[in-house]
Formats: sequence, structure tokens, C-alpha cells
Amino acid sequence: MIDPFSNTASITERVRPVAIETGVVAVHFLGDIAAFVLAEEAIVLASPDGETKRIAVHDGAILSSASDGKRIVTGGDDGKIVSLGSNNAPSSVASDPKRRWIDRVALGPDGAVAWSAGKTASVKPGKGVDRTWEGPSTVGGLAFAPKGFRLAVAHYNGVSLWFPNASAAPEMFEWKGSHLDVAFSPDGKYLITAMQEPMLHGWRLADGKHMRMSGYAARVRSIDWTAGGRQLASSGSDKLILWPFHGKDGPMGRSPGMFAAYKSRVVQVACHPKSDVVAVGYEDGLALLVRIEDGAEIVVRRPGDSPISALAWGAHGSKLAFGTEGGEAGIVDL
Amino acid sequence: MSEKIPVTVLTGYLGAGKTTLLNRILSEPHGQKFAVIVNEFGEIGIDNDLIVGADEEVFEMNNGCICCTVRGDLIRIIDGLLRRKGKFDAIIVETTGLADPAPVAQTFFVDEQVSRKTSLDAVVTVADAKWLSERLKDAPEAKNQIAFADVILLNKTDLVSADALHDVEMRIRAINPYAKLHRTERCSVPLDAVLGRNAFDLNRILEIEPEFLETDDHHHHDHHHDHDHHCDDHCHHDHGHHDHGHHHGKLKHYHDEEMQSFSLKTEKPLDSEKFFAWIQGFVAREGINVLRSKGILSFKDDPERFVFQGVHMMLDGDHQRPWQDGEKRESRIVFIGRNLVEDDIRRGFESCVAS
Repeated sequence: MIDPFSNTASITERVRPVAIETGVVAVHFLGDIAAFVLAEEAIVLASPDGETKRIAVHDGAILSSASDGKRIVTGGDDGKIVSLGSNNAPSSVASDPKRRWIDRVALGPDGAVAWSAGKTASVKPGKGVDRTWEGPSTVGGLAFAPKGFRLAVAHYNGVSLWFPNASAAPEMFEWKGSHLDVAFSPDGKYLITAMQEPMLHGWRLADGKHMRMSGYAARVRSIDWTAGGRQLASSGSDKLILWPFHGKDGPMGRSPGMFAAYKSRVVQVACHPKSDVVAVGYEDGLALLVRIEDGAEIVVRRPGDSPISALAWGAHGSKLAFGTEGGEAGIVDL
Repeated sequence: MSEKIPVTVLTGYLGAGKTTLLNRILSEPHGQKFAVIVNEFGEIGIDNDLIVGADEEVFEMNNGCICCTVRGDLIRIIDGLLRRKGKFDAIIVETTGLADPAPVAQTFFVDEQVSRKTSLDAVVTVADAKWLSERLKDAPEAKNQIAFADVILLNKTDLVSADALHDVEMRIRAINPYAKLHRTERCSVPLDAVLGRNAFDLNRILEIEPEFLETDDHHHHDHHHDHDHHCDDHCHHDHGHHDHGHHHGKLKHYHDEEMQSFSLKTEKPLDSEKFFAWIQGFVAREGINVLRSKGILSFKDDPERFVFQGVHMMLDGDHQRPWQDGEKRESRIVFIGRNLVEDDIRRGFESCVAS
């Protein structure tokens, strides 16, 4: 058990606080600029010189966001999908004709954007016409495949793999229950969902073989792939859980790595883009860096008033940004 | 931790008056702001800033229990609403007329995020005084809604005679004697009768006596012996303190063939290990038939009262407070459910008495 107040290495004094004062739901980097997505209405851009700029993007709650490093796409309860690039000028991607909530958004190759409203999944390709697909039930998660123009749509009782440019019916991978977040492994071999139950489910796409990753104390709300997609980091336990995905059978029959055990639960994870280091955010507001090789820990932020709700690395891994449910935020240069 | 946002669930069979009640809640000058989750979004005239359409998507949890169903859409909507902090003080969920309230309630037991930030306040059922008796015969949904309720508005009382009103009240009581019952016209009721009830708050499980109407009776109601069958002295139902001898002609008791409620009590301290093993086994087996359960328990060598409540097979319990001096240390449990075998449950309960 770590004690963040004792002799664990710390870089808390190097954190540059960002004044936000309302709940942060996600953070992304656009180059050097950290973009804090707020629970309502706006994105706060924090540049390296300490300047912050608030950009209004929605008239209401921001329900989902995604970024490819060049732009951020958000979905709101105002029925709008909005894109924000480095020019600081938000632009409209689309609006739901019935002004339904935009529950999920995803960014894909060649500038494609996907979003969902209720059961309807929609795609706006970089070039070409918009496509929509009506799922069997409310969409729980969206993810583009790393290669090819293919979208995974998670819903109740499974995931459908949809080729928006093909007329064929989507291929469905079934597993009973409510599937929420969905992600492809970076090599495109595996499909993973976070379920309503405290577990992850996975399929090996080549043969549809199931993988059940269980043992969590709570619903897994945050997953991320370590550099090169070797391991899958996940929240939902009082430890950082890392499932091995190197080797030909992925995590099948293997136990996960467990790091940074603490008295509070892990709620956010973000993997360094190049080295085997994971940023871990806890429910009590603690944020740590964990080196997978030896389990070494560095405190980034001490426990505070509210849970860590957002964590992200800059593209080169030289910056880390975090935000909390209560609206505290910070950036650290490494 | 900030205050949890109360959630009131409005149920009621088609045409009973749910929308009337909803509009009344929203339009009264109470200064409270509500987020409203409705069905058939846009088809009913409701004037409120925060109104969200729901799909009533019910799914089973992967825990081997077919009664462990939750409303996936509610988890998603509440998650979204919670981003609008300060924009509302309470949430009202209106279900369709054919909805089973259990998946709504169970959603608050199952999802951690939802239960951390919101609390189920009460299930309020609006019943049509004129048609409820018929619906109890032909619509299992209507019976579920009555059995599940914490508060029942017996509405449209102006459309029935005093005799008929009394009759339908007794039918409600045969199913659920524990709910607060209000007679209303056009759902006219003080808002504190339906909001801020804390019916699912463990700390408020203080009184689980059945509620009986000490009414007004100048009519004679003891001539309905041909309806259903009466509860006689051998039923062992605990009906609280009132005198229900038929010769007084005040109250008549229906006995619903399918849905029952009863309470059991003992003054002997219980063995906590035996009790938990029994109740967990019981709801695992019979959970699909148990709509609601509640209890106040006195365990041997335990200075504190233990309280629990359950919906189907989901149980939630905790120590509440120390037993006070002079307080009667008695264990009491209540079940509302379908086709429950009271003798078996009584034997099970009695086997938990500490040796």
C-alpha cells in the first residue's frame, strides 16, 4: 500500500494548476495545448505559456468527446456534434434532426467522425456521404478499427462491426449483457468492451473466441493500451490492472499484472505513448505515474476533494494533464 | 460528499393520471427545479426545461438471476443529467403504463455511479378509482405497480361512489398495506405527500407497520362476502393494531389470490449468520416472486438495530443505530410478493432465532 504523504517520489510541485472550477469530463492534447472538456458547454484550452481560453461548444451537457491529436469532436445533449481544431474555432459536424442526445462520438481514419443518438449510429466520412445504421438497442460505445473503414458499435448483447461503405449487414459478436465502451487493440486483432457488470469482455476477431476479464470491484470506466498495444490498462479495482496482449492468445488463460494498490479505487488510466508508464487516477483524487517494468510510483497529485475524471498524455509523452470531477485541473511537464 | 439527488418514480396504469400528477408537480410554486425523464417524448404537453425522452430498455444483469433486470437507458440518462449540476434539484422518472417498476428500482441498486449520486426517493403509483379493481383482475402490470408502491394516489375518486371507493381501497390494502394511500381528484395532493419521502432510505425504515385507513364509516361494508374470500383469523396476517372483527362492519379484507403481503416478527434475538444465510438463500430461490422486502432486526450480542430492504433478489442492509433503553427489541420483516408460501417463510425466519 502506498502512502502518498511519505517517501514516495513526487512531482506534485511541478504541476501547473489550471483554473477551471467546473467538472472536467475529459482532457485531450492538441499539440502543446491541453484541452479540458467540461461537463457543460465548453472546452478550456491551456497553452504552455499559461494562457487559458474558454471555447463554447454546446448549449448544455457535453456527453462524449474524442480526439486524434489534431482536433476534438464532442457530442452534447443539444443534439449537436462539434469539432474543434487548433484554430480555436468550433465548427458543426452534424446535428440530430430530432435534437436527441449525442451519447457517443469517435474519430476515425481520414477525418471520419462517428456518433450515436439512442439506437442510431452515424458516420460522416472524410469524403463522401453520411451513413446511418439503426442498432438493435441503444449504442453503448463506438470505435473505429485501426485499419480500414470499419466501425465497432457496442450495444446490448454484443458488438456489431459495421462497414459503412458496404451494403452487407454488420457482423455481430454476441455476448449477453450491456456493452458500454468498446475498443480495438492497436493491431486490430482483438475487440474489447467494458460491460455494465464489473468486467471486460473481448473477442479475438479471427475466430470470435471469447475473453472474459473479470475480478473488478466496479464497472470499468477507463481503458487504454500501453505503448505498442502490448497491454491493456484498466480502472475498476483498487489497483491498476494490466491485461497482457502480447503473445498469440492475448490474455486468454493468463493473469493480469497488478500495480499501485491503494485504499481508493482506480477511476482513470492513461498510457504513455512511447514507454511503459501508466498514469493512474484514483477516486480520492490521487494521481500517480506507474512504471510497469518495476512498479515504481511517482505522485503527480495528492488526494483531494473529488475523483480524478480525466487524464491524458501529450503526443510525445512529455506532458501529462489531469482534471477532477470538482473542476480542479493541472498540467505537468516531464 | 454532496447531497444525493432524489429520484421519484411515477407509475400507474394507462389513463390513471400520471401526466396530470407530473404537470401538477411541475407547475406548483415550490421553487424546485426538476429534470423529468418521460416516455413517448414530445407526445405529451409538459412544460419543463429539462425533459428527456427514455426508451425503457430493460436488460438482465449477468449474474444468473433472471429477475435482476435494470433500465440501461436510465443509467445513461442519469449519467448525462448529472453533468448539469445545479440545474435541477430532483429527478422524476415517468414510466409507461405497462411498465414494471422493479427494473427502475433495481437500477439504483446496481449502478454505482447512479447510486453514488442519486437516491431513489419513492415509487408513486397513480391508480384509477373507477377501473383499478378491473385492472387488478386482468392486468398483471397494474397489480405490480400497486404492490411495488410506497405512495398510492387513488385518483378520480369523484367518479365513484363511496362504497366503490372503499371497495377498491380494500383491494389495494389486500395487496399492499404498507404504502401511503391518498384519495385524490385530478391528482390533487400536497407535493410533500409524493416528494421527499425517503422511502428507500435505510435510515428511514423506522416504521413498517401497515397503514390502515381509520375512516369515516357510516356505510355498511360487511355484505360483500361473496367477493373473493375474506381474511379470517387463521391467516396469521399481521394487520397491526386496528380491530378488524367483521361484526364491527368497518373494514373488510380481501385476500388477493396471487399477490400477498405479510409481516413476521419475533422477540427472540436472531443469529446474524443464520439470518443472512437464510435470507440470501431465500431471495436467490424466490427472488422473482418477492417484489419488496424490508426488515428491522435484533441480533444476539449486537447492541445495534440492523435494517434491510430488498427488491426481488437485491438486498441492501446496514446497522442503523443502537437499540435504545426501553425500546422493544423485536425483529420484524415484511414481504410483498406473488405466491409466497407464508408457512415456509415463517419456518425459515424462526430457524434464525439464536440458540
